[in-house]
Amino acid sequence: MFRYIIRRLLISIPLLIVASFLCFGLVNAMGDPLGEWKLQKPRTPAEIAAAYERTGYNKPFMERYVDWAGDFVTGDWGESVNPGNAGKPVKDDLVKAFGVTLRLILGAELIALLLGIAVGVIGAVRQYSIFDYTATGISFAMFSMPLFCVALVLKAGGIELNNWLESIGADRWIITAGPPGDGFGGSFGEQVFQYSGAYILPTISLVVIQFALYSRFQRASMLETLNADYVRTAQAKGISEARSIFRHAFRNALIPIITVSSLNIGAGFGGAVITETVFSWSGMGKFIVDAITDIEPYQVLGFMMLTAVFIIVFNLIADILYAFLDPRIRLD
Amino acid sequence: MTEIGSPVAQAPAPQKGEASTFDTTTARKQWQVILRRFTRHKAALVGLVLFVVLVLFAFFGSLFWEYSYTDLGFKRYLPPSADHPFGTDRLGGDMVALIIRGTQFSLQIAIVVAVLSTVIGVVLGAIAGYMRGWVDTLISRFIDLLLVIPSLIIAAVLVRNSFVVSVAGGSGGSNWLIVALYLGLIGWLSIARVIRGMVLSLREKEFVEAARALGASTFRIVFRHILPNTVDVIIVNATLAIAQAVLLEAALSFIGLGVQSPDTSLGLMISLNKNELTLHPWLFLTPFVFIVLISLAVNFIGDGLRDAFDPRQKRVKA
Repeated sequence: MFRYIIRRLLISIPLLIVASFLCFGLVNAMGDPLGEWKLQKPRTPAEIAAAYERTGYNKPFMERYVDWAGDFVTGDWGESVNPGNAGKPVKDDLVKAFGVTLRLILGAELIALLLGIAVGVIGAVRQYSIFDYTATGISFAMFSMPLFCVALVLKAGGIELNNWLESIGADRWIITAGPPGDGFGGSFGEQVFQYSGAYILPTISLVVIQFALYSRFQRASMLETLNADYVRTAQAKGISEARSIFRHAFRNALIPIITVSSLNIGAGFGGAVITETVFSWSGMGKFIVDAITDIEPYQVLGFMMLTAVFIIVFNLIADILYAFLDPRIRLD
Repeated sequence: MTEIGSPVAQAPAPQKGEASTFDTTTARKQWQVILRRFTRHKAALVGLVLFVVLVLFAFFGSLFWEYSYTDLGFKRYLPPSADHPFGTDRLGGDMVALIIRGTQFSLQIAIVVAVLSTVIGVVLGAIAGYMRGWVDTLISRFIDLLLVIPSLIIAAVLVRNSFVVSVAGGSGGSNWLIVALYLGLIGWLSIARVIRGMVLSLREKEFVEAARALGASTFRIVFRHILPNTVDVIIVNATLAIAQAVLLEAALSFIGLGVQSPDTSLGLMISLNKNELTLHPWLFLTPFVFIVLISLAVNFIGDGLRDAFDPRQKRVKA
């Protein structure tokens, strides 16, 4: 097992090298990061030369990549090149954005996963019951909605709710701009009020989409195991229904959802672009969109390296859990 | 369809004539059985009818509707009325005409994406699964690579890169096609993985060995013997890819990397009207409802197809 993990991690090093090189090439293909700055107003040749010198963009592509890679392994992730926000260390911004995204997605993923598994299992065990039809209908509807519309409607609803609260003389509750930050504090009750107001809408909008996916998935895999011969055998031996459902069917039905959810969570560290944009959380999603808009090569590379590590690690976790839940699968 | 279903259906099918004396039920070909199961699935039928209506509306609606999307002379922000059932927008354009055009573009994109991602995914997945060895390693690592590189960067390159834009016919050119190609080029990963896994196990089956013993070429074995056995997964995936594409295109439009004017799409219409939600809700809600209708219809069809192909998921009541 230990050797397997080491081997998998070692294999991913060449992957990261190729990916970062390709990524750098892609950013290069987007255009000159100083292109817009040069057009904003007339610049003297000396000014332009100085800017290129500072950003390293006077060097050829390969040399720039090697410079970045050399710095990266020593822990220097480079600086932003755009004169508008020049010289900001990429690592600091990235760490900040990562913290914001982490706070946003962890709770939402957990709620969606637990809710999805529970609803999926009940829907499968009581197939074609009213519960099953309702749950299927709701998850179908959620699955068919563009996420940003859900988020926008929630945001508008939140503002309406605030206005209504104010009209009855209560405090405004919902916060539609950003994560909890400065100005949050006071008694415990006040803090609960503030934090819930900031978290509730982005969390709902993330849960909506993930829940639909997980519950559909869990229902399908649970149906498959419930109909499997070994479950019928277990029931024929006289095992109680609860035991046959939970010990025999449920355990095996977890395997597919483990894969889906760990891949999902791994990718989730890349930020929830839509949710973060609508609710102004400056997390990873916002970070990458801004980095692309400004053509910031080192920000994009830093983002890619950080998220790639999570994707690789969670892929590995998925495979390990796989082998844990299904002993027939051998990792080595 | 008959062709596709035949390798499986023919195996147990009795000889003509002699079997009829034993049969108590009519023999049906596999695709007929599937069709029967599909038509019994009420939600799927509703989805199919809805989808056909939407396609007709999108591609032929403009022939029957009195206004064109280029007519901008109406009063601005008219709420829905008999003359303008979906109201008018901030430029005084008739929303029905605009919705017809937006639906058309959204469907065009979705269908290109579904075809492209399915073809790429199936071919690469089948090659990886059948050839194994270094070919498999190469394709699998390539998939890993695409999973690791943030897909938004690829979108940005395609939308921004002057060369790509000029190939597509300048900034006013076929912008929708770039978006469709992009979504197709990143959308094949999951189907490729699934097909690879299926082919890995199918290639060890006896009928493949028989074909190989008879001297069939690799191409023939993969495309005539193995892939027809994965057709259920392929069709269901391609159907669901249509729904995914409509939603993804909308999300891309929202962050400014999607379809751009003069092309349009339902997603772009929603993003343009995102601030109208409280004051002129019909501008936001109409394209939203149409997106939901398309993806709901397609998801229902996909669900019905899955049940029709694979009845194991239906629990027989004990």
